[in-house]
Amino acid sequence: MKIKRSTWALPYAVFLLLFVLLPLVMIAVYAFQDRLTGEFSLVNFAKFFTTEEDLHTFVYSIEMALVNTLICFVLGYPAAWILSNSKLNRSSITVILFILPMWINMLIRTMATVALFDFIHAPLGEGALIFGLVYNFLPFMIYPIYNVLKKMDMSYIAAAEDLGATPVQVFTKVTLPLSAPGITSGVMMVFMPTISTFAIAELLTLNKIKLFGTTIQENINNGMWNYGAALALIMLIIIAVTMVATDDDATREEERGGLI
Amino acid sequence: MMKKIFAQAYLWVLLILLYAPIIIIAVFSFTEAKVLGNWTGFSTALYHNLFTGGVSNSLIRALENTIVIGLLAAFFSTFLGAVSAVGIYNLHGRKKRAVTFVNDIPMLNPDIITGISLFVLFVALGITQGYVTVLLAHISFCTPYVVLSVMPRLRQMNPNVYEAALDLGATPSQALRKVIFPQIRPGMVSGFILAFTLSLDDFAVTLFTKGNGGLDTLSTYIYADARKGGLTPELRPLMTIIFLTVLILLIVVNVRTSRAAGERK
Repeated sequence: MKIKRSTWALPYAVFLLLFVLLPLVMIAVYAFQDRLTGEFSLVNFAKFFTTEEDLHTFVYSIEMALVNTLICFVLGYPAAWILSNSKLNRSSITVILFILPMWINMLIRTMATVALFDFIHAPLGEGALIFGLVYNFLPFMIYPIYNVLKKMDMSYIAAAEDLGATPVQVFTKVTLPLSAPGITSGVMMVFMPTISTFAIAELLTLNKIKLFGTTIQENINNGMWNYGAALALIMLIIIAVTMVATDDDATREEERGGLI
Repeated sequence: MMKKIFAQAYLWVLLILLYAPIIIIAVFSFTEAKVLGNWTGFSTALYHNLFTGGVSNSLIRALENTIVIGLLAAFFSTFLGAVSAVGIYNLHGRKKRAVTFVNDIPMLNPDIITGISLFVLFVALGITQGYVTVLLAHISFCTPYVVLSVMPRLRQMNPNVYEAALDLGATPSQALRKVIFPQIRPGMVSGFILAFTLSLDDFAVTLFTKGNGGLDTLSTYIYADARKGGLTPELRPLMTIIFLTVLILLIVVNVRTSRAAGERK
């Protein structure tokens, strides 16, 4: 029997169905289930909107994620721009050094931050949390922007200069708009994961400050699976909305391909 | 010229900030002091303790688990990913879009969602969580990356060689193994290394799928350790070793990719 080439995708399609789609469906099932009666119910969502602490954590997480994304962007964009500019940076070592932290275990990076704060005798708390978040996520902002800038056709810049644009104009009217896909990826890779981190906040604030990820994890740990699933579903919905809002398939696929 | 110096200075200030924590850990892995920041003279005692001391049993077991799970997950996801990439590459229209879309999900989902979704799946199916569930979870989030790293190689390949092999009497699996795999091998090797690093790096997914049987990988060990307050001093040399390992792996992958890019030119 001849097996068509496309048939080789079949086992993986089943695998994806079982271990990617079904688990997500299970989150929805648990989220809409009353823990006590096991029946369909909205009680978990009602609980979220009436539990002040959890609502507060949710809003606070979004604020922190915004702050983190903003700092990463402000620090990261110039770095990505310099790295991609062959006149300013020729060495590929600096590029490797910037992406290397992406491959170091997040917990190791976070404990290293704790060590740094201990070392300079700075107290753990909100400041440490923001430092730790930026430290953890900065490479994820730099890399996609760097990738886009690197592939940018330099003749556009030359053309703009020839036509009399000032350096500032070249940047705001040409470079920045052309790097928009990279910025979008960078923001996605920093913003969403920040809301969902749990260990970072716990370790850097001695468990004084919670992010939304911590709330979800605590509920799952304490056996409150249905409520935890509902919180996870809320986060999933936000991710889906953000993704649809920033959808740009072709560029994003290239980005991630470039990540390897 | 001034501009270049200024630009380089900016990069290096950022790099120093990024690396300060890990450098401090590396430096203080060479002294015996329990508290980080106390320098009590150069010593490799912590490195000795790491492999022979009191903590060594549980710590080394966690390290073993991390590496074995990483290798197994990388092996299975490389195989699954390579075979599937061949299939997906040759799908068309809606089917291709559907599989590609689902293949993207594990890469876009935050770890905690992947972890919890698998956790509720295993709970709902009544599967006891442990080694096997962690391994399955790792394969599920590693394979998409293997598919992505194999794809570009397929694009460079003559699409007719598979049919040619079948016409010449090869079985489908022979055609895969003897004709297609050799041509996409560089992509598979990069995929394997990538999957291995991703598995080593994972924390959240492992935490949710490891069950209560006392299974620990390095990251869950460090987490438990950190929660107890403070960091076991022996973790300092360990972190230093991991850091160097990742650095070397990453350089290997990069050299491979740039060499492959060179070949294409």
